[in-house]
Amino acid sequence: MSAHTPLFEVRDLRVAFGPGGILGEAVRGISLHVDHGEVLGIVGESGSGKSVGMLAALGLQPEGARVSGSVRFKGRELVGLPRRDLRELRGSRIGMIFQDPLSSLNPVMTVGDQIAEAVRLHNRDMSRKAALDRAKDLLALVSIPQPDRRLQQYPHEFSGGMRQRVMIAMAVANDPDLLIADEPTTALDVTVQAQIMDVLADLKQRLKIGLILITHDLGVLAGHADRVAVIYAGQVVEQAGVDDLFARPGHPYTRGLIASIPDMTRMDDRLFSIEGTPPALGHLPSGCAFNPRCTVAQDVCRHLAPQTHVEGDHNATCHFAFQNVVSAA
Amino acid sequence: MTALSAPRMIRPRWLTLPLMVGVLLVLFWLLATVVAPLMTAHDPLDMVGRRLQPPSWDHLLGTDALGRDVLSRTLHGARHSIPIAVAVVILAVAIGASLGALAGFLGGLADTVIMRLVDVTLSFPPMLLAMAVAASLGPGLWNAAIAMVIVWWPVYARLMRAQVLEVREREHVEAAIASGATRTRVLTRHILPLCWTPVLISATMDLGQVILLAASLSFIGLGATPPTPEWGSMISDGAAQFYSWWVALGPGLAILTIVLGFNFIGDGLHDYFDPRSR
Repeated sequence: MSAHTPLFEVRDLRVAFGPGGILGEAVRGISLHVDHGEVLGIVGESGSGKSVGMLAALGLQPEGARVSGSVRFKGRELVGLPRRDLRELRGSRIGMIFQDPLSSLNPVMTVGDQIAEAVRLHNRDMSRKAALDRAKDLLALVSIPQPDRRLQQYPHEFSGGMRQRVMIAMAVANDPDLLIADEPTTALDVTVQAQIMDVLADLKQRLKIGLILITHDLGVLAGHADRVAVIYAGQVVEQAGVDDLFARPGHPYTRGLIASIPDMTRMDDRLFSIEGTPPALGHLPSGCAFNPRCTVAQDVCRHLAPQTHVEGDHNATCHFAFQNVVSAA
Repeated sequence: MTALSAPRMIRPRWLTLPLMVGVLLVLFWLLATVVAPLMTAHDPLDMVGRRLQPPSWDHLLGTDALGRDVLSRTLHGARHSIPIAVAVVILAVAIGASLGALAGFLGGLADTVIMRLVDVTLSFPPMLLAMAVAASLGPGLWNAAIAMVIVWWPVYARLMRAQVLEVREREHVEAAIASGATRTRVLTRHILPLCWTPVLISATMDLGQVILLAASLSFIGLGATPPTPEWGSMISDGAAQFYSWWVALGPGLAILTIVLGFNFIGDGLHDYFDPRSR
């Protein structure tokens, strides 16, 4: 593309399981990038490879998985980097937020100690006292009231939403450049979801971090992402600016996802759903991976893998990209 | 009725009658360990009267074949059995739990080597292995202790490994790794603190079992050497004096009550740590 290097760039990332990859690839060549102050949404069903891919990009792949391709953070290649160097990046330059705040905190350590530990892991000579002060500021940053008192409490004394705020505080403890949030709101109820998204949006604004938001809910991305990558069966099938994606979805899968968002202003028929389930690891259909579930699939889709069609900043990988042959919904 | 049920209302559910009995029994024997000489008028090694006297006011549990006071010897027996049991369990936990934790955390070759060693050790009947080791080390209570550590550590290795395997898959461990924690830190701060409960429960119960095994070794002459007042060897003496039933009664009751006490406490701890019973 241009001469400038993006903050975080993934190129043709592949994650294979089993000896020699015989169990199949969970991630089959994902390419995406995110910049400072930008929110990239990654959307896909459970098992589409979105979490595995992002974890593998940070060297957190499951044991026995083989990662290939290229992951560049500020121009530095992460694939094949020694464990020690990766560890120094994680939690300092790259923060990570997990799905379930209920189980992501150590139940036998106070919240203050856990945040302080996250700080001191990357600032060896900082005193415990100074780290706890920093922890207090961080709790205030994510809008937790009474941070002084809260520091001394254990995770079970926090509500789900509050715990997720603590997780976010830990993730941004060392002023990261990049934050990867893996389904940060899935385990929370809807009103709390909105609050957590506001906290993230606020942090992105104030700290100018790049944010990768992994979710299975396209609706969450509508108000918060700048760009969206749609992942199906371990591949990016469509990538576009968020408004463009919603206005002109180029891939039938994206159209299905958009149609599946409940519309509260309409009272008519049943909610649309995409029939079938994603293919299992190592059992990909021939041709386009989406063809068995696609409403517009033709003969060619069953035999030939589709090419990526590019229109400006918008690309879609489908034989019939950008052609609304038959409306899905 | 109301007077009886009132305290029951405030008593927590884990504070059961067996637990309280267990604590009392163990406290009694701990007291004996510390101040046995003050609890009895006779020296355990002195021949204080005629041999094989039945229980009387002078000798509440009678005298043994050499005319020594059985009650005094029984109480002094705690000074040998209890420190041995504590030492054996602490050592077995230290060795077993660390090896088990390493096996569970590292996996791979370390896991295979450690766990096969555990399998081999556990495939012997514990008494037989303890006898073999104790016999090869020679008699003496502390040699018996070494034998018992060798028999006992694999139990804790298995327990700890299972715990570590379970806890390491929890999400907070992954979160700790993602925040850049080193492997040592992940193990010591985020895994091990959550693994101790079953080890603690098991260790408490094993205190009783180790006392029993130590007494068994002494009974067949592989533990304490005469004239040490050790419960197992005292029962062995008593077995030779079949018609003087009191000679074995003291040490027999001692073993029964202390093992019972530790078992009750172990059960109580189990209830206390089980979230369903709180």
